[in-house]
Amino acid sequence: MLAVSDLLKSYPSPEGGRVEIVRVPAFGLAAGAQLALRGESGSGKTTFLNLIAGILAADSGRVAIDGTEMTALGEPKRDRLRAEKIGYIFQTFNLLQGYTVLENVVLGMSFGPGADRLHARDLLGRVGLAHRLDHFPRQLSTGQQQRVAVARALANRPKLVLADEPTGNLDHKHAGESLELIREVCRENGAALLLVSHDETVLAQFEQRKDFAEINRAGAA
Amino acid sequence: MTLPLIIYRSLRQHALSTVITAGSIALASGLLMCVWMVKTQSQAAFTQTTTGFDAVLGARGSKLQLVLNAIFHLEASPGNLPYADYEMIKRNPAVKAAIPIAVGDNLRGYRLVGTLPELFETVEYAQGKKYTLEGGKIFDPDAKEAVAGSFAADRLGLKVGDTFHPFHGLVYDEKNQHAETYTVVGVLKPTNTPVDRVIWIPLHGLQTMSGHDPRAATDVSAVLLQLRAPTAGFMMDMLYNKQGNRLTFAYPVGAIIAELFQKISWFDQVLALVAYLVALVAAGSVLASIYNSMSARQRDLAILRALGARRRTIFGAVVAEAACIGALGAVAGFAIYLALFAGVAGIIRTQTGVVLEVFAPHPVLWICPLAMIALCALGGVVPAFKAYRTPVAETLAPVS
Repeated sequence: MLAVSDLLKSYPSPEGGRVEIVRVPAFGLAAGAQLALRGESGSGKTTFLNLIAGILAADSGRVAIDGTEMTALGEPKRDRLRAEKIGYIFQTFNLLQGYTVLENVVLGMSFGPGADRLHARDLLGRVGLAHRLDHFPRQLSTGQQQRVAVARALANRPKLVLADEPTGNLDHKHAGESLELIREVCRENGAALLLVSHDETVLAQFEQRKDFAEINRAGAA
Repeated sequence: MTLPLIIYRSLRQHALSTVITAGSIALASGLLMCVWMVKTQSQAAFTQTTTGFDAVLGARGSKLQLVLNAIFHLEASPGNLPYADYEMIKRNPAVKAAIPIAVGDNLRGYRLVGTLPELFETVEYAQGKKYTLEGGKIFDPDAKEAVAGSFAADRLGLKVGDTFHPFHGLVYDEKNQHAETYTVVGVLKPTNTPVDRVIWIPLHGLQTMSGHDPRAATDVSAVLLQLRAPTAGFMMDMLYNKQGNRLTFAYPVGAIIAELFQKISWFDQVLALVAYLVALVAAGSVLASIYNSMSARQRDLAILRALGARRRTIFGAVVAEAACIGALGAVAGFAIYLALFAGVAGIIRTQTGVVLEVFAPHPVLWICPLAMIALCALGGVVPAFKAYRTPVAETLAPVS
């Protein structure tokens, strides 16, 4: 499902030269697999996810999603691939504040296979927000906003779901519920899940987990 | 539905700046259309308003003053001419009709014009249109009777059977009232010409009004002429204007008024320039308002990009939003145009009797709104480029 090889991302250093953030020689994730990556703040986890999602261009290396080499595509095709095959749950949810709950989900679908309001309603019902369709994100609790973000990420029935500290803004009780919801919906849709977190409680729920430092060789040389 | 939803939500989110910007576009659009329509329509209306006459004969002086006085009932008379001159030109075989008029009195600011009943009986004030009465009859040339133009009757509240004392001079002064009592015997139907603003009385009555110079009791102020052929006009121009030095022959009436518009064309240009500048400022305000809000929008744009929106979709959304603001402004601009035009047309009608048509079709009524929309879309290009270049990952999350 996901194959990464020789992926490199660096930024200019204030002292001159460049600082490597991500250097991943090889990484893969099978269809339907659920993997948690452990990493501390500043370890490059988010950059790694952004490179996989194609919203950040790598210096070099390749990322293949469901057999399509994303890094070889032009930007428009990369955008299309992201919209169709990747669901991204951001740490801060990144909901569109001026749009209703339903519009947030429908808009996410419209850049991919197409808007399906019925499916969006079903999905929002599935995450317990059927009665909040016309509410705006600011009118929801943090936990409810997170569920909208989950619904939006899963609305296009993606092959790969990326979750960046998805429970970082939730209390312990809601974090557990929310994580279970993400995993369950991914299982139902047959989507692979790649989650990054530094929260041991979250990580403990995954059968498959790795230290990000194991796969990221940035600065190792 | 994606693009309309993005545009709609963005306009809603920035409702205040949307309304203010659309308002400035509406003002620019309305002002432009109004300036243009008043200019073209008034020029056409004034040059075509001849009230059925080809030429005017009057005292030596300015042709324009003579036409304004005799046809439009504006300005002072350049002077009188002896009745014999009227009789002579009336006998000229090239003249189809000659109607003498005398001016010098008013009724509360509306002119009293002395003339002969033939004006209402034989003359067509426009192709196929003769004067008709709303009620009453045409005055008796030997009686102290009056026929009121429709606009003057309406403004002064005159109706058949009313009486009045004329006031001396062309400007109303309540101290200069004549002793004579005139009775309104007829009210004309509207003609949408300067005739509507006049109260018509017998020529002899005005000439012999108490207080008028008895030595000029047979003089007339001007003679309105219909000619049998255009060549006659050029012959008479030669006769009165070039060979003679006592009278002025103003021909053709429309061309003389057109000269007036040429003389004041600079004023149109200034107005048009102001309107163009307002339009440019409005387009600039679209650019500024969207550009200034880009920082606040950048996160939303980055989220849309992260969801799979292409750069060109984002670019198109911002340009389309600017065009929508232009369209909202153009629609509101029509309301402003209607209000402005109605006001200006009302003033022109009150002052001259010439009627401008607010709904008259003219290309500027669709060119201007479309141009404003295009200009606004153009104004949206700069912020659209900024949106186009939004760095998604940097905007959404810091490097962790």
